[in-house]
Amino acid sequence: MTSNTLTPGIAAGRLPGEDYSRNFADLHPVLDDHEALVAADRCYFCHDAPCMTACPTSIDIPLFIRQIATGTPEAAAKTILNQNILGGMCARVCPTETLCEEACVRETAEGKPVQIGRLQRFATDTLMAAGVHPFERAAPTGKAVAVVGAGPAGLSCAHRLAMHGHDVTVFDPRPKAGGLNEFGIAAYKSVDGFAAKEVDWLLQIGGITVETGQALGAGLSLEKLKADHDAVFLAIGLAGVNALGVEGEDKDGVDDAVEFIADLRQADDMSTVPIGRDVVVIGGGMTAVDAAVQAKLLGALNVTLVYRRGKDRMNASVFEQDLAASKGVRIITNASPKAVIGNGAVQEIEFEYTDDDLAPTGETFRLAADQVFKAIGQTLGRTDLPELDGRKIAVNDTGRTSMAGVWAGGDCASGGDDLTVTAVAEGRDAAEDIHATLMA
Amino acid sequence: MANLASEFIGIKSPNPFWLASAPPTDKEYNVRRAFEAGWGGVVWKTLGSEGPPVVNVNGPRYGAIWGADRRLLGLNNIELITDRPLETNLREIKSVKRDYPDRALIISLMVPCDEDSWADILKRIEDTGADGVELNFGCPHGMAERGMGSAVGQVPEYIEMVTRWVKKHSRMPCIVKLTPNITDVRKPAEAAKRGGADAVSLINTINSITSVDLDDFAPEPTIDGKGTHGGYCGPAVKPIALNMVAEIARNPETHGLPISGIGGVTTWRDAAEFMTLGAGNVQVCTAAMTYGFKVVQEMISGLSDYMDRKGMTSTSELVGRAVPNVTDWQYLNLNYITKAKINEADCIKCGRCYAACEDTSHQAIAMSEDRVFTVKDDECVACNLCVNVCPVEGCITMERVAPGQVDERTGKVVPEEYGNWLEHPNNPGNACAAE
Ligand SMILES: Cc1cc2nc3c(=O)[nH]c(=O)nc-3n(C[C@H](O)[C@H](O)[C@H](O)COP(=O)(O)OP(=O)(O)OC[C@H]3O[C@@H](n4cnc5c(N)ncnc54)[C@H](O)[C@@H]3O)c2cc1C
Ligand SMILES: Cc1cc2nc3c(=O)[nH]c(=O)nc-3n(C[C@H](O)[C@H](O)[C@H](O)COP(=O)(O)O)c2cc1C
Ligand code: SF4
Ligand code: SF4
Ligand code: SF4
Repeated sequence: MTSNTLTPGIAAGRLPGEDYSRNFADLHPVLDDHEALVAADRCYFCHDAPCMTACPTSIDIPLFIRQIATGTPEAAAKTILNQNILGGMCARVCPTETLCEEACVRETAEGKPVQIGRLQRFATDTLMAAGVHPFERAAPTGKAVAVVGAGPAGLSCAHRLAMHGHDVTVFDPRPKAGGLNEFGIAAYKSVDGFAAKEVDWLLQIGGITVETGQALGAGLSLEKLKADHDAVFLAIGLAGVNALGVEGEDKDGVDDAVEFIADLRQADDMSTVPIGRDVVVIGGGMTAVDAAVQAKLLGALNVTLVYRRGKDRMNASVFEQDLAASKGVRIITNASPKAVIGNGAVQEIEFEYTDDDLAPTGETFRLAADQVFKAIGQTLGRTDLPELDGRKIAVNDTGRTSMAGVWAGGDCASGGDDLTVTAVAEGRDAAEDIHATLMA
Repeated sequence: MANLASEFIGIKSPNPFWLASAPPTDKEYNVRRAFEAGWGGVVWKTLGSEGPPVVNVNGPRYGAIWGADRRLLGLNNIELITDRPLETNLREIKSVKRDYPDRALIISLMVPCDEDSWADILKRIEDTGADGVELNFGCPHGMAERGMGSAVGQVPEYIEMVTRWVKKHSRMPCIVKLTPNITDVRKPAEAAKRGGADAVSLINTINSITSVDLDDFAPEPTIDGKGTHGGYCGPAVKPIALNMVAEIARNPETHGLPISGIGGVTTWRDAAEFMTLGAGNVQVCTAAMTYGFKVVQEMISGLSDYMDRKGMTSTSELVGRAVPNVTDWQYLNLNYITKAKINEADCIKCGRCYAACEDTSHQAIAMSEDRVFTVKDDECVACNLCVNVCPVEGCITMERVAPGQVDERTGKVVPEEYGNWLEHPNNPGNACAAE
């Protein structure tokens, strides 16, 4: 039976085949040589550049753009990767509009920043297409480090440690390394299996063993890891998902946004991914926007994103909100879910308007829904860890936890935004501290 | 990464990028920071004789021209030599050299044109630990009027005489810095060589007025209603400097005389170009003054990247590589025939090539009703103007018409063999060839 956008319920194959490849094509395709030169030419090579300060990994942006301008994109890539080994992924997924490009002086001058993210991609893609891995391992130190979690934080830490000559084992329960790069980032930001290619490229440094099917808490214990290694780096991200806490949450069709995205990212053929006709996404961050946009791209007829506070408080950047709007996602703000209604499966969801302090107004409304995605934040969801600071593992500036010999970074650790680039920075900095500690 | 270590007239530096004698090298504070940023060497801001230092103007001393997007292309200045006491400079030079023994440190000198003045200054700099001296015969403003700088540099006999004094009173390697404000740069270079110079460096700045204030009717930079000619430098002067370097490199009289290339070096590519034309290293002033000391990092990565690509392991393999290919017009192969070719896929249909060719060249580009631009092979003389005005790099290319094929413009078969003007039938010198 073939379905289309009007088919009620949750169904796969709502669109004609060719629409899928168009919908899930590269959001910002790589610049060609001419575009890159024109874009690079706009950079002023600022002193103590504000863009560089705004980058969590402190990439030397003026230098790498100058290297592009002078026809040496591979040298530019080295400048980038020196600071950020996942510079290729970050070029695709960083919310540049709130990071480097927001700080660019040409944003101040003309409201049009230098296209730093796209230039970064031009450089890193050029180097990776040439098959070059520009780093070498130092002489072996004989030290062994366990990295728990193969997401951006874990991979960045592992690479820097391997470069310093340590032997690294990375443990991850999932069948593939990459963390949310592989299972979370929106499909149109990382096309053609880029996440997996980048992991393979990163591992060319040598000295890193990835062990999949290995989870802390299920087979692996922190005590054992500590006993078997000279240091442990925890980079397990946020595996738990917050619950809505409303009546009817357990009905069929009420799903986790991250799980939906993970399934979509692993699908070989988007036409096999089922999606509701009337989809409601609850949340206001990047996950919510990504779930809503991708639901729409899969052929859902109506997609509504509902956020409990005002638009200005949404974690998703204005660029992300505009992207959602341009794809036809309707955004409703100042409304909290009250109840999920339906007989077995969800049919409707009831909301109540709330003011900016989340005080209920008593006014309610209902939206038709045959699928509801929860995207109201993720949690650590474990207890066998070093001391917490709020809901995350407490760490200092260099990732040290309350436990001697154990460092942590990325989404699971306190401090910094939950972004790929922040995870890379924290992994790198922890690696430097581990290295300094082990060699002291 | 290719090793950029450089040796110039026996002076070693970790890379061939030196800062030219100018404000960036004016004091210890600058030079230390320059070395930290990665510069291989510096030529200290020109020192004068003992006694009260010169004074600079207190109004603006620079003028400029800009390209699109206000990119600085040319700078002009009316600054003099150092305006700080000699003793201060000498003390600072000694202290910097002690802390950076691996970097090149050259002292630039300009004193009155008598032997005692030169003997005296050379004695004073003796125990600074500096690696060599550069004789500033180039400064075109302020000092020339006092019988120094380009006033000396424009008279080959003076260059030879002063260089001889310097070699007589000092064992230091001696670089003679040449002024471009002359008609034939080979003459001063030959004079420097006769005087015993170990190397020449060029170019110093070019006499210039960058602009005129159209309300006050005075040249800029304007100081209290008046202006004066200044010295021009920066990217705009590079072509002039490249030619002068090449002229000296291929002149049989001076061939092999080490050259330090100066003038508009801004990127690794500029530096590489100077070196292929015979410069053993390069000196930089305006690029550092425009972008700060950090600009050298791109030069370092770019040059070593290029050398890696070319399989070169030492900068000496690059030096002079293009010199044999610099020739005189009369030796160019007139049987090498090319035609412009427009790649329609890259063309953005701006029509600039058409305007240039139709209005000012050979009417060799056709424009269709729907703005498709094509080259007419029977009109194209291969002048290259369209290539140069096209805003899209690589959109128009020059394609060779292979020997044996017909050149549609002349209707003649392209000959296999090389043929130059000297052998051409139209050359009046070949009276018999026409028969
Ligand atoms: C849907 C979505 C979209 C996003 N989009 C963007 C974006 O566009 N731009 C951006 O900058 N950021 C984005 N983010 C945030 C970004 O993905 C994260 O900040 C980043 O991945 C954090 O890296 P990490 O290494 O700390 O954790 P993760 O990427 O989550 O990796 C953690 C790894 O640890 C493993 N693990 C979990 N539990 C255990 C255990 N018990 N034992 C062993 N291993 C374990 C996991 O399998 C995983 O591989 C997005 C996040 C989501 C959810
Ligand atoms: C402000 C200024 C001052 C300069 N002062 C000197 C000097 O004291 N001695 C000297 O030999 N050259 C001097 N120069 C010339 C430079 O050393 C250099 O030869 C010239 O600027 C060309 O190089 P560039 O295009 O890289 O700037 C000066 C140049 C400038 C811009
Ligand atoms: S702030 Fe903008 S112009 Fe300045 S260095 Fe950064 S990218 Fe270039
Ligand atoms: S560059 Fe510095 S010294 Fe020169 S005019 Fe500007 S502020 Fe004054
Ligand atoms: S100048 Fe270049 S881009 Fe413009 S019309 Fe001619 S070929 Fe096309």
